[in-house]
Amino acid sequence: MKKPTLSVAVVAALALGSAQAATVVKIATISPLSGSTSNLGLQIKNGTQLAINDMKAQFAKAGMTLQLVAYDDQADPATGTAAARRIVADKSILGVVGPLNSGVAIPASAALAPSHVVMVSPSTTSNTVTDRGLKNINRLCTRDDAQGPAGGNFVAGTLKAKRVYVLNDKTPYGQGLADQAAKTMQARGVTIVQNEGVADTERDFTAIITKLQALKPDAIYFGAVYGQVGPFAKQLRDKGIQIPLVGGDGYDSNELTKLAGSGANNIYFTTGAPPVDAVPAAKAAAASYKKTFGSEIQGFGVMSYDSAKVVLQGILNASKAAGNKVPTRAQVETAVRGSTFNNLLTGQVKFDKNGDRTTAKMYVIAVKDGKRSTGGIINVSRK
Amino acid sequence: MDLQTVGNILLQVLVGGLSLGVLYAIVALGYTMVYGVLQLINFAHSEVFITGGIIAYLVFSGLQGVAMNGYVKLLLAGLAAMAVSGLLNVLIERLAYRPLRGAQRLVPLITAIGVSLVLQDLLRFLVGLRGQFDLSVPLPQGFANPITSVLGINISVLNLQVKDVILIVVAALMLVGLNLLVNHTRLGRAIRAVAHDRQTSGLMGIDANRIISLTFLIGGALGGLGGVMFAMKYQALNAYSGTVPGLKAFTAAVLGGIGNIPGAVLGGLVLGWLETLLGVISLFGSIPGLAWLGAIKAEYKDIGAFLALILILFLKPAGLLGKATTEKV
Repeated sequence: MKKPTLSVAVVAALALGSAQAATVVKIATISPLSGSTSNLGLQIKNGTQLAINDMKAQFAKAGMTLQLVAYDDQADPATGTAAARRIVADKSILGVVGPLNSGVAIPASAALAPSHVVMVSPSTTSNTVTDRGLKNINRLCTRDDAQGPAGGNFVAGTLKAKRVYVLNDKTPYGQGLADQAAKTMQARGVTIVQNEGVADTERDFTAIITKLQALKPDAIYFGAVYGQVGPFAKQLRDKGIQIPLVGGDGYDSNELTKLAGSGANNIYFTTGAPPVDAVPAAKAAAASYKKTFGSEIQGFGVMSYDSAKVVLQGILNASKAAGNKVPTRAQVETAVRGSTFNNLLTGQVKFDKNGDRTTAKMYVIAVKDGKRSTGGIINVSRK
Repeated sequence: MDLQTVGNILLQVLVGGLSLGVLYAIVALGYTMVYGVLQLINFAHSEVFITGGIIAYLVFSGLQGVAMNGYVKLLLAGLAAMAVSGLLNVLIERLAYRPLRGAQRLVPLITAIGVSLVLQDLLRFLVGLRGQFDLSVPLPQGFANPITSVLGINISVLNLQVKDVILIVVAALMLVGLNLLVNHTRLGRAIRAVAHDRQTSGLMGIDANRIISLTFLIGGALGGLGGVMFAMKYQALNAYSGTVPGLKAFTAAVLGGIGNIPGAVLGGLVLGWLETLLGVISLFGSIPGLAWLGAIKAEYKDIGAFLALILILFLKPAGLLGKATTEKV
């Protein structure tokens, strides 16, 4: 067995030697590729791959061969941080797209920071992610302190609900979001009939539904993720409760309508990831996504495509500034934070001193009879 | 809050808790039967249980477009799940527990936890091969319909669906069947004998290993049917969905007195009712004098249920129906 392996290595070395002219530059993704949010994690990996495919030629001209390395973080902070350490060790990796979750992004970005590996996340909304002032972490989505109020304003303003039942999944994400939304609603004179939690692994909502039937609120705000929201919506509608169910970007997956089945009605959620129909520029990307991966692009795929473009354009900018050489990690880090990126699917991207977008959009998605449509666009800006 | 509203809420708790409780009871039977014969807590039972749910998903989605009576589909799903889960449980016993028969009690216990973890990820992997994680179970036509009146009496306040009634009926049939099997057949007598004293029963000509295998088969089949009921009730599951109900069912078994079959049923019902009641109890905070109840939010329902377990075990260490002299099966 030893001999063939050796000869393969020799051939590979020869092949590499002949292609010495182009330097291999790698982009990594960290996202859940297995587990309950793998549907979203795969969008991050594929969106990044799509951007790499698009910019391969440009990089080849600059003497760089682009490669993608995808790490599976299983939505677990420890696994994600281990991936970050492996990224630090692979010197050819110049940038990271991801992670999906704030809980993973916080320790992973800290592990990458000393080596100046730039990280652009399409989806981590927790305020803490950028509030720590790290130089390497940036994000394209809006923050929780924008999303919670946007949801609250939607319930109070557009739905005109007077009495709202607030529920969260007891995770930092769900609870933070629900509390922010509740605060906004209260400030606008909405009565919060109850603000409580249910474990994110719970799928039995008998008690909650009994409660809802007694409290008779006008709307429900549930800070949670689609894997739980789908069954909740189903049980809710099965028991005849048809009031609006509102939440955040955790609802933003095609799986939501599948899991909710006949219950996928009168559901609204805020998300920083644009629905493909709200972004005319995304049409071509959506078509090539479908062609390449055989499935539909979703909001997180669009955001990841843009995140990858930011990293890649950042590398090109840094390379130009360094005299057309392959840039260092620190140079890429500076270029991403400092450049203005135009003509992306979600518009212009420019980061403030902490890595938050100076102007970003948030979308309200309405789900009616299992079909999604854009219910509104909210502009969010930061100085 | 008037008296009628309170009554309605309590009625809903009674019915909702019943359908949750019988589900716990079915799963608890698997824990308790195995404990009865081996004094082993089979932690892998939660995966044996959810395997039944996954089989139900496969059967229901495979027959989705087929014009066939919904109850026939349910029967097919039930039989398939019972066969697969039962055999899986026998296999687990054969591979993981039998080689450790003579070892200290902690060794098979740790093995059981290991088997549980391995099975969880194996199931996740197998489901993942189909590109899926969360499975959405399509139900036969009419199973989700609400039942609004029985014999002309309006019972819409009970919030019952056809599938709730099926669940309760199937559970009742299972309990009666199991009771007949254990108390009125030769096999049942053999199981009771092995549970009572394995060595002596061997001297009486009972092949203990065969009886233990059969116990795992029956326990696993009950778990598989429980999985079908779970899939039918919630219509959503993944490879990890067995853990929480499994833990609750184990609690129910301990609550009722582990090793005791009626105890497992009672424990399941008590746990189901307690949990549902604690989930809604904050509503009663609006009754004058009971304002403090308003602070008990739904998120405390699990804590409350386990607190009750501790209290009951404190007062009755052997569980509700467990007695030191009771025959263990």
